[in-house]
Parts: sequence; C-alpha cells; structure tokens
Amino acid sequence: MPYRSRNCILAVASGGGHWEELMLLRPAWLGEDVHYATTLKGLAERAELDNAHYIPDCNRDERLNMVRTALAITALLIRIQPRVIITTGALPGLIALLIGKRLGARTVWIDSVANAEEMSLAGQRARRASDLWISQWPSVAELVGAEYAGSVL
Amino acid sequence: MIFATVGTQLPFRRLINALDEIAGERGLTIHAQTADPNYRARNIDTIAKLDPASFDERMANATLIVGHAGIGTVLNAKKLRKPLIIFPRRAALNEHRNDHQLATARALEGVEGVHIAWNEVELKALLSASDLEPATPEGSATSFQLIARVRDFISGS
Repeated sequence: MPYRSRNCILAVASGGGHWEELMLLRPAWLGEDVHYATTLKGLAERAELDNAHYIPDCNRDERLNMVRTALAITALLIRIQPRVIITTGALPGLIALLIGKRLGARTVWIDSVANAEEMSLAGQRARRASDLWISQWPSVAELVGAEYAGSVL
Repeated sequence: MIFATVGTQLPFRRLINALDEIAGERGLTIHAQTADPNYRARNIDTIAKLDPASFDERMANATLIVGHAGIGTVLNAKKLRKPLIIFPRRAALNEHRNDHQLATARALEGVEGVHIAWNEVELKALLSASDLEPATPEGSATSFQLIARVRDFISGS
C-alpha cells in the first residue's frame, strides 16, 4: 500500500512494565486509528481497547520463539499496514520496528524508564531502525546519543 | 493484606523466602504472585500467575504492595495509590540477566510512596512500619513532555 494511503498507528509492548508505560502514552495518539499488539492475553481487555492483537512473547535466548514472534508480527503488519509503529519494548517491539521499517512505516523506540543507567540491548539494536529513538533518562540519552524528551515517571 | 508480586517473567525466590520468613515471625497476612509454579511457602499464600483482572483485584485490595523493582509494579502502585516496597533483583544472584533493577531502584530514591529495601533486613523494617506513605499517580511535567513529543512525531508522519 502506498505510504499516503496508510492510516493507522500500531503501538506495541510486551506485557508487564513495557505495556504499562505504553498505556501512559496513549494521549499521544488520541484521535488516531490505533492498533495494539502485546504478548499477554487480557491486557487489552483490561484497558478496554479495540483493535488489539496478541503476539507470542520471546527473549533473546529463545531462537524458535523469536521466529514465531517475527512471523506473527509480519502477518499483522501486512494486514494493517501502519504508517507509524511505536514501541516501549521489549524484543517483540524491536522485531516490529525492524520488520516495519522494511515495510515502509515510520518508527519510534522509547526505551523503558526502567533503564536508568544504560540503554537496553534491544534499544541499542533499535537505533538503526528508529526514526525517533528515545531514552527516558537524560544521562542515558547523552551517553548513547538518543533523544531525551521527558519520561512517564 | 499485603500483596507481593515478582512480575510476569521470572521467579524471585530470595524475595518470596524473605516474605515467608517475616510473615511467620510477625504474623503478617501476605498473598504473593511468584511466577514460580514449583514453590510452596509455609506462611504465605502463593500463586504463580494471575490474569490481569485478578492481578488488579489483588492490588486494589492490598494495604501495602511489595515487589521486585519492575516498572510495571511501580506504575500500578502509583495508579492505585498504594504504598510500595521494592526489592531489586541482582544479576550476581542470577535473579535477572543484568542489574538494571538496581539502577531503577537508585533512580527511584525519593519518589513519593516508593520505599526501597536493599536487603532482607531493610525489607523486614519496612514491612513492620505502620504508616508508609502511598504512591501517587499525578501526571508529571516530564510525562506531558514525552506525550507531546510523540504526538508531534505522529502528526508529522
């Protein structure tokens, strides 16, 4: 689909703190057509969200799970064609940005506020695939060359 | 009722063992979500996994929350205005892949309602305190700032 006819935003986060942070950022996309993807069932319902998709979880020690996650994300991206993908992590979010960038989306990585002294590994890997690459701590942002633009805390 | 949580990803035996012991000594009522299906405690109620709705219910009914130093735990305690004790995981004890929880805890020092126990002795002292300050959900200037930045990016995309 040509970029200009894309409409929706995809917001991705692993279940747990990453998801809680994403939820606090919702005012940023108020009024947009948003889809959500997360790794824990029940979270989207609890937040009363429409257009929520479940994706399998993975971490960097689980090659097979990473493939499953990547396949699910690819299928989702091809189906909904987001123009912007935003993630607070973790690895499933990185995978969404890597694949999404290839498919023509604009991308945002927001490193978790948990990473107060150094950026996460996934965040470091996300740099090349991010149009907006953020740390929520000024000292970390300075250390790695990311943007600091506030934090959820 | 005290509610303890170790997050969705990994067990945290050192915390749960400490809570079990303290509950026995002091007669405290503690319900713990442990991420540890094989673990049985002596003095506290444990469950490995809670679905989000049940988790919310336990948090809402608690007078005090105790957790690993996970951001989900912190944000939930703030949202529900509960006093929170956090007990960071340590990589050296194989409790996590790195020490970012120690860094998180250092960064949270002084945040209203978030009380940090760096070891089991401090954990016991905090659990025995009678009037721990609750956390608050107030939106901060920095969170408005971050929202604005992301919003700005979206509208330019």
